[in-house]
Formats: sequence, structure tokens, C-alpha cells
Amino acid sequence: MTASRLSLWQAAWVIARRDMRAILFSKAFLLFLLGPIFFGGISLGAGMLGAKAAGSAEPARLAVILSPQETADLRRAYAELAPLVDLPIVEAVRANDSEPRALLKDRDRNFGAVLTGSLAAPRLTGTPDQIERWRGRVALLAARAKGDSATYPSVALDPTSSSVASARTAQTGTATAGITLLFLLTMLLAGMVLSNLVEEKANKIIEILAAAIPMDAVFVGKLFAMLGVSFVGLAVWGAIAGVAILLGGAAIPALVAPAVGWPLFVALFVVYFALAYLLIGSIFLTVGSMAATVRDVQTLSMPATIAQLAVFFLATFAMTDIGSPMELFASIFPLSSPYAMVGRAAQSAALWPHLLALMWQIMWVAIFVRVGARLFRRKVMKSGPAGRKPKKKRAPAV
Amino acid sequence: MATQAQTPRLETLAIEANGLVKRFDDTLAVDGVDLSVPEGAIYGILGPNGAGKTTTLRMLLGIIDPDEGVRRIFGHDRPHDLARLIGYLPEERGLYPAMKCDEAIAFMGALRGLPLDEGRQRGRELMEAHGLGHAVDRQIRQLSKGMAQTVQLLGTLVHRPRLVVLDEPFSGLDAINQGKLETMIRELAADGVTVIFSTHVIHHAERLCDDVAIIAGGKVPYAGSVDAARDRIPAQVRLETRRAEGAWRTALPDDARHDPKKDGSHFWYFPLPAGGIEALLKRLIEGEAGVLSLSIERAGLHDAFVEIAGAAAAKAMKDEVPA
Repeated sequence: MTASRLSLWQAAWVIARRDMRAILFSKAFLLFLLGPIFFGGISLGAGMLGAKAAGSAEPARLAVILSPQETADLRRAYAELAPLVDLPIVEAVRANDSEPRALLKDRDRNFGAVLTGSLAAPRLTGTPDQIERWRGRVALLAARAKGDSATYPSVALDPTSSSVASARTAQTGTATAGITLLFLLTMLLAGMVLSNLVEEKANKIIEILAAAIPMDAVFVGKLFAMLGVSFVGLAVWGAIAGVAILLGGAAIPALVAPAVGWPLFVALFVVYFALAYLLIGSIFLTVGSMAATVRDVQTLSMPATIAQLAVFFLATFAMTDIGSPMELFASIFPLSSPYAMVGRAAQSAALWPHLLALMWQIMWVAIFVRVGARLFRRKVMKSGPAGRKPKKKRAPAV
Repeated sequence: MATQAQTPRLETLAIEANGLVKRFDDTLAVDGVDLSVPEGAIYGILGPNGAGKTTTLRMLLGIIDPDEGVRRIFGHDRPHDLARLIGYLPEERGLYPAMKCDEAIAFMGALRGLPLDEGRQRGRELMEAHGLGHAVDRQIRQLSKGMAQTVQLLGTLVHRPRLVVLDEPFSGLDAINQGKLETMIRELAADGVTVIFSTHVIHHAERLCDDVAIIAGGKVPYAGSVDAARDRIPAQVRLETRRAEGAWRTALPDDARHDPKKDGSHFWYFPLPAGGIEALLKRLIEGEAGVLSLSIERAGLHDAFVEIAGAAAAKAMKDEVPA
């Protein structure tokens, strides 16, 4: 065997491999996987109940503003097709009754969209989701009403101005959902890495590690092991979510597509999640290095947990006004940066800020790990008060 | 500062420490420790609990850095750089409870650069060789304390280190396992491995060590060979005579302790006179002391420890019950 030692990354790999195997094959990991699934299952159940309740409420109607003849033809077509196809209830409205947008805002009349124009060139006004959903059915009705089932007219879509606002609001919802998910996952994992370290100290393994490999490697290994575990968890949860969406998609509340698009948003979310976890995980590991007991952990981790909550609220508040000083601060402050950038990805299509943010956050991860490891070396390997008080040096006799 | 009570050695040094100092807040744990451990030696660090043994070993291994002083392992001042050459058994034993024995040994080897598969294979062989073959596939939590300690010791040795550092290796072991450990340490030394261990039980050091360092209150008042430590105290003469008085009494030192017995005999205890035993014996015979028995008892390491470290430190050592 040659002299020398393992490199930092080789040593970190030894630690990470052991930790990952230990965690993945433990009962605790099963509970870790099941926890969010239970939570998601309950949410899904509530969603399905809500959907059922919504389904049993009065359905949205289609307001029809056509000529009397075409209105009559449309009613006839509706009567013929309704037993066969799920169609929105049509309600004729006089041409001078009101403008389509005003009709849609009328709370007394439950209109989901307004059909104008003619049967040959129908025009559908309403929220983007609704008119997209009814577009095909309106074309079917119009074709039947014209007596020409073979040719479906092209339906022009007219999203309402209020719909544009709805879409913006919905993107904010996507951002909030992303930030919340990020927060929950990082807190869950940071707590796990902390208890993992405390358990290791309780098992008195840490001195063996400290004697053989650099503390930086122990830190890096433990951090990345838990990150690997979290990716396994994400993959499992993602697969289950995919199956749930396939099976009960209608019952799951739809999120509006983020500004950068779903594929990139998901990729950025994963990267920001990794960095957010590495940042807060470093802090929790450092806290763990100073704690000897579970009580110590609770006491010492409290400020870190409160700081994490503050960061979450900061990012949630900041993302309501992209480009504001508050949002810029949240994007720059290392601990809130991943959250703020997830919020930004949901609402702004620009990609260069993400590149900058990723480099910035990676730099801070390196700093946090380095400082954490140094503190660990100082704090965790302290011997008991075995020695003596140092003697005060006397001035030499002249 | 250490007292080097022997002729300078020509061997290369496995460990060399000069003026190591370590403070924890306002506590001075180690105060200027000097050590020289020759390669291939069995070296003991003796001292009561809290004397600074563990802190010294941790500094030697680079687990903690000294506030002052330097330490070199095989001539290098960065112990971590030689991790593959060193095996370390800490005082507080620790293993992952859910790990199987061979995996635990392999993991400890992997920390020192041994490939996992090779570590697992060697772990199985070592366990077989030490009578634990039946427990290879057991989890650590299923082992007795003594077995778990043996597994950890095997993990310390699995990568075949050139220097083995054992912190209180005998504590917690029963007499049989202590004997096995002593044998193992001798075998390691026979293979050229340097073994340094700390203990608060003097007779382990006396039986095993070529050299010792006595540490008390964070200082090392003595570092050198066991023989030299014992030679610091003159041998004690134990004399039994028929008579209590006579001209021969001038041959005994003034402070000789007299212990008359009921059967009329008299015992005398005193340090061996500078003139040697033959001159003493001649005067006793010529003076008709009626010598019934005479023996010379060489001082033990415990006596040397009392002499060097003081009665308080010796009492602290004695209060620790040896197995």
C-alpha cells in the first residue's frame, strides 16, 4: 500500500456511499418516503372531494349571441347531441343585452364563455382555460346546427382581459407552490442530516472518521449523501405524482405553466433545491457538530429554523413584485436566493439571472461547507476539562 | 519537559513530538509534551484519567491541532497525509450498529484507502483468525461488548498499518480478552509495526512496553525505557536475621526498616548499598548476624511511577481497578 491518503472527494465518496446505503435501506427512509405521500394523498382526496362538490354545483353555461335563426339551430343541435356528448348548457342572450365581457363578469349569470359571430365563423370569448376547453364542443355544435357534420368551423378565441390577469395570478400561484415545496423539502432534509450527524456522534464514530480523513470530506460526504437520498425521494414522489395525475388528473388543481416553461422550470427547481439544501444543510451540520445531545440540537437549531422561516417568507413576499428592490435582495441573499429564483423562474422568462444566481449560490455553498468544517474540527473534538488552569507568566526578574 | 533517561537511539522515529501544547478555553490540557517513539517499538503512555493522554494522541494523529509545538509521524508533520499507514482505536469505541461485521471492518479500511471488496475479504479472514468467524454476518448491535471491541480493533488493523495507535485499548475487556489483546500487540510489534497505546493500568505497560511516557497534569515528567524508569529507584534489600544487635548492624543503612517477628527472627528492609550485595553479605557473615534469608527486589514500574509522577498521580492510577 502506498503512503498518503484519500483525496477529499475519494474520502467524501466513502462517507456518502455508506450514508446513502444506510439511509436507503433503513425504516426511517420508508417513513421519509411515505410522509409526503400521505400528505399528498390527503390533499388529493380533498381535491377529489372538492372536485366532486364543484361538479355537483351548477355548471358554467355558454352564453350564445347569434341571430335568432342560428340560435334556434344551435338549440336544436344541442338537443340532439346533449344525450351523446358532454356539452355546456347553452343559454341564448339577446344581441343588445350586453357585451360579452360584461356578461362574463355578471355574477348573477353563471357564464363560462360567450359565443358570438356566426355558426360558420364562431367566436368564443372567455378565460383562456375555459375557451380552450369548450372550443371543440362549440365547433361540434355549430357544425350540427348548420346541418353539416362533416365540416367543423374554425372557432376564433378571444381571451378576456381579465383572463390575462388571471394567468398572471396563476403564475404567482405556481411560484408560491414551487417555493413552498422547496421550503418543505429542504427543511425535511436538513432535519434528517442533523439527526444523522447527532446519531453518528452518539455512536462515537466521528473520531474514527476525523482520524482518517479530513473533516471537509465528512461534511461533503454527509451533505451529498443526503442530497442523493433526496433525489431518490424526489424520483419516487415524482413517479407517484405522475401516476396520480394520469389517474385522477381532473381532480388535481392545475398549475399555470411557468414563464420559463415546465421542463426548464422543473430542471431549475431541482438545481435550486439542491443548492438550497446544501446551504441550509451546511448550517445544520455545523449546528450538529456543536451539539452533544438531542436537547442541544433543539436549542441550537432553533435560530437556524427561524432564519429558514424568515427566508421563506421573504422569498414568498418578494416574488409578488419581480424586479423590485426586495426581490433583488432576496435573490442575492445566499439563503433566500434559491427560493427567490424559483419564484422568478415561474414569472419571468429571462434565463441569464439564473446563470448568475447558480454561480453565486455555488460559491456560497463552498464557503458554508468550508466554514462549517472548520467549526466542526474546533468544536466536536474537544476533550474534557482534564487539564489545569494555565499559569500566569511572571515578568522575568531583572 | 521530558527526561530522556537512556542512551540516544539510532533507530528511525515513528513519532516525534516537541513541546506540544493544547488549551481548551481556559483549561491547559497538555503542557509541553515531548515524545520520541522508535519504529517497531511498543510504546505506552501512562497516566491517570484526565492527565492529557487522549488529547496528546489526538494531536499526534492530527484529529486536533496543537496550539504550540510540532509533531511528526514518520518524519511528516501532517499526520492526515499518512492516513494509510496509521491505524487508530479511539478510547470511545464506536461502530454503526446496523452494519454487519465484515462491512464495518471494510468501511474502516476504506477510510484508509483499502478497496471495499478487499476490506471485506480481509475482514472475514481476520475474524476467522480471531475466533469470530461465526459472527461475520452479524450486525454490530448483535455482538457482545467484547466482540464489538475486537471487531473495531480488527477494523483498525485491516489496512495493515505501520503505526497503530490505541487509546485505552484494555478498558472494558475481560481478563481473557486483555490477554488476547496483549498477544496481538506483541505479534504486531514482531511484524515491525509500531504500537503506541495509552493506559491507566501500569501492569499492561510493564508487561508489553519497551518504552513509556509518564504523563500527569498535562506534562511528561518521564519518557524513556521501562528499565531506565525502574532503575531510577535503587533495588530494595530484604534481609532476615536471627539476631537484632551486633557489630554487623553498621553494615546496614541508618534508615533500614526493622520488622521483628514473633518467632524471634528480624526482618530488615533498605536500599541496596552502593558497595553492592557481596560486600554487605561478607560483613553480615563476619559480624555473625545469623542470616536466615536475603533477597534483592528490583523496583517495579509502579514504584517508578510514584517516584516520577508523585503520590497523587499514583493514587489516581491505583484507584482504577485493573482487570
